[in-house]
Amino acid sequence: MLETIYQFISQNVLLPLTMFVMPTDYQTEAMTVLQTIVKIVAILVPVLITVAYFTYAERKVIGFIQGRIGPNRVGFFGFSLWGLGQPIADAVKLIVKEIVIPTGSNRSLFVIAPILSLAPSLAAWAVIPFDDTKVLADINAGLLYVLALTSLAVYGVIIAGWASNSKYAFLGAMRSAAQIVAYEIAMGFALVGVLVAAGSLNLGDIVNAQAGSVVHWFWLPLFPLFVIYFISGLAETNRAPFDVAEGESEIVAGFHVEYSGMAFSVFFMAEYANMILIAILCALMFCGGWLSPFQGIPVFSYLFAWVPPLFWLLAKTSFFMLLFLWCRATFPRYRYDQIMRLGWKVFIPITIVWLVVVSVLVVMNTPPWF
Amino acid sequence: MLNKIKNYISSLFLWELLKGLRLTGRYMFKRKITVQYPEEKTPQSHRFRGLHALRRYPNGEERCIACKLCEAVCPAVAITIESEGRDDGSRRTTKYDIDLTKCIFCGFCEESCPVDSIVETRIFEYHGEQRGDLLMTKSRLLEIGDLYEKQVAEDRAKDALYR
Repeated sequence: MLETIYQFISQNVLLPLTMFVMPTDYQTEAMTVLQTIVKIVAILVPVLITVAYFTYAERKVIGFIQGRIGPNRVGFFGFSLWGLGQPIADAVKLIVKEIVIPTGSNRSLFVIAPILSLAPSLAAWAVIPFDDTKVLADINAGLLYVLALTSLAVYGVIIAGWASNSKYAFLGAMRSAAQIVAYEIAMGFALVGVLVAAGSLNLGDIVNAQAGSVVHWFWLPLFPLFVIYFISGLAETNRAPFDVAEGESEIVAGFHVEYSGMAFSVFFMAEYANMILIAILCALMFCGGWLSPFQGIPVFSYLFAWVPPLFWLLAKTSFFMLLFLWCRATFPRYRYDQIMRLGWKVFIPITIVWLVVVSVLVVMNTPPWF
Repeated sequence: MLNKIKNYISSLFLWELLKGLRLTGRYMFKRKITVQYPEEKTPQSHRFRGLHALRRYPNGEERCIACKLCEAVCPAVAITIESEGRDDGSRRTTKYDIDLTKCIFCGFCEESCPVDSIVETRIFEYHGEQRGDLLMTKSRLLEIGDLYEKQVAEDRAKDALYR
């Protein structure tokens, strides 16, 4: 269905547009550019809507876990609809609010920081494959690109803390920097494990290497790396229980104390976009991406053959997104030295050991996986 | 030693964290205890201390005798009373102000009153839109007393058993 819509748009909107506007020599190039823009919009608009409704889901899930019912008042046209209008009301409120720039701050950096934290987390979606064929940029170094961009997001936090000229913001930024340096390594090693197992940096190839059945997926041979990747993901996105960069009880709101209005909400969106990104990467690299969980089981694989692959990918992603919220509702914040201990003295040794184990498994061509 | 190894292994497999997740996961499906306020309300005690009121005797005479005990006992100094002798020789208030922005709703005024004149009703949903709206004057307090006399009397009767 998505293909037909895309074909329809490129045939009936883009083609005439290029025909009339562009000189004949550049028509094919213009067509490619426009098609890419359509694809970007087709990826980013759902992502941003998911970000908005992820905030709603977070409040709802945490509310449910705490025995409350969460937001249920704001709706559309007088119907409360379980509070589904809440994210939109929040967005309108934040857009309308004033952005206060402190006098002591570094103006240009202060404004750039939120953009710098949101842009990488959105740019990383370029290499995410949604299907065998549905991927914006099918580049060979996809995993490397994702790793680079997820670690780039910390600059937004550091610059925000620095540019605010506020001690709490600065403390938050310092904490975040140290934390991300520690967990980046463990995360990188976990991804190296995936790379060794799949033999490719292309995310599509990584998923295809897991084809077979549920036990063929990488979560089984790479189980420690899978767990470490998810926990490092929690730490990377500054989520509870690793949210010392915000640390409401100690340093007010950490790096974004001085931000208000839309500038603040861009930080917020970046955090949620990062969470969704980590969730979809978990699904792609360890849980077989768009592969059906019923693959390889005699009867069920036929029964569920009609389900589109995209559904499985989104279902797995949603599960990991739920896990993010679930963890936040369950665990108290780590003490700072314990975060560092966990990152440096537990995760990095385990990943290195398991890297050796995986390499041995791959060299020995262990039956179900390699 | 054995315990240490056991602890080490269980922490490595995140055993306690998984137990925590299981507990919160169960709570996710439990009955929600939220009271949806304007539509639903929690039951009130007959001892509820809300908005103040001044009561009258059944014959219409106001109860307050301007003894100023409430003014003296008020810990927030929210009550101001001025009094004068009336033509029939009895002493009555000319001014009885309660500043609700100061009041802490402790109920001491009600406790101290020898004639059950100043009482706290069950009303808690009120607001002021202008400066002075929350300064209750004698006439307004008497008005509230007249409006809610039935409930106030009922609540006092219920509580009389325990006094």
